[in-house]
Amino acid sequence: MMPPEDPTQERWPDEPPRPAWHEPAPPPVPPLLDDPSGPMVRPYVMTSGRLEPARGKFDLITLVVAAIPEPDGQLGLGPEHLAILRLTQQVMSVAELTGHLDLPIATVRVMLGDLLDQGLISMQEPEPEADMHDIRLYKAVIDGLRAL
Amino acid sequence: MVSGLSSRGADGRRLPTAVKIVIAGGFGVGKTTMVGTVSETRPLRTEEVLTDESVGVDDVSGVERKKTTTVAMDFGRITMRDEYVLYLFGTPGQERFWFMWDEVALGALGAVVLADTRRLADCFPSVDYFERRGTPFIVAVNCFEGEQAFDLAEIQTALNLGPNVPVMLCDARSLESCKKVLIDLILHAMKVRGLAPEPQQA
Repeated sequence: MMPPEDPTQERWPDEPPRPAWHEPAPPPVPPLLDDPSGPMVRPYVMTSGRLEPARGKFDLITLVVAAIPEPDGQLGLGPEHLAILRLTQQVMSVAELTGHLDLPIATVRVMLGDLLDQGLISMQEPEPEADMHDIRLYKAVIDGLRAL
Repeated sequence: MVSGLSSRGADGRRLPTAVKIVIAGGFGVGKTTMVGTVSETRPLRTEEVLTDESVGVDDVSGVERKKTTTVAMDFGRITMRDEYVLYLFGTPGQERFWFMWDEVALGALGAVVLADTRRLADCFPSVDYFERRGTPFIVAVNCFEGEQAFDLAEIQTALNLGPNVPVMLCDARSLESCKKVLIDLILHAMKVRGLAPEPQQA
């Protein structure tokens, strides 16, 4: 971890190299481990650095439901994976999961891919845009809105 | 896309299908209010963390040291019988987060562009976006308390909208008003997609 007073933290990355009279220059630190990017680290670690889910696309409104009863923590899963399995005992969208877990969408997607890969969740993808010509869909939505 | 293997829950029941409507418009125009008015649950917030690389280059002045940006979207849910669940997404306030708009607009039934007549220009980017994308949309002018009603034809002209884009007044705090906006949007979307030969409901 860099000391907070380190001057390299204040510099633009595309600035010219530090002049020789400004010695001694501190050793460079790896990106993503310094203080300013702190909030990035935790979600990134939770997914073991993965950015894309192993399986599935997981649209914001893809509906997810657990395929198993509420787990007791014996599955070798992390706390966030277990939290998803608890939340998805009721059918829930990817967007709702991110809201309840307070995690970024990309992080939740990766964890959902893990659970899908292990057969622990089922999902229902939304209708593709090209298939939005089913008049029953529109009538059901209008009826649902009128019933509010 | 329905995957036969993965579309049933633990009890073998078929999962409902989710659909969505986008609520767009300028900052502070009432998007979150409208989402909250019709949602059956407390509106939730979904967030995406961005690095500088994904953000418009013109917009980092003053926050030069900021390495990440969080884009937030508020959304609500309405359960429709057993088969469908409707989600309403308020778009991120800043137009520079277009990639989030793309994600939200993809597969949307349609969009409501909320407008405030005191700052009509704020809704131009939303109108442009949905016009270009071909998403069916209507313009709803949110009437804040004490504000006089404007002539809808003038607003239509000011926004340079074609005659086929409905413009209506609304009150984002009123359930009845929001219901009417959303129902009119669905009727408009049906018409745009060639599903409703009968004339648009007034």
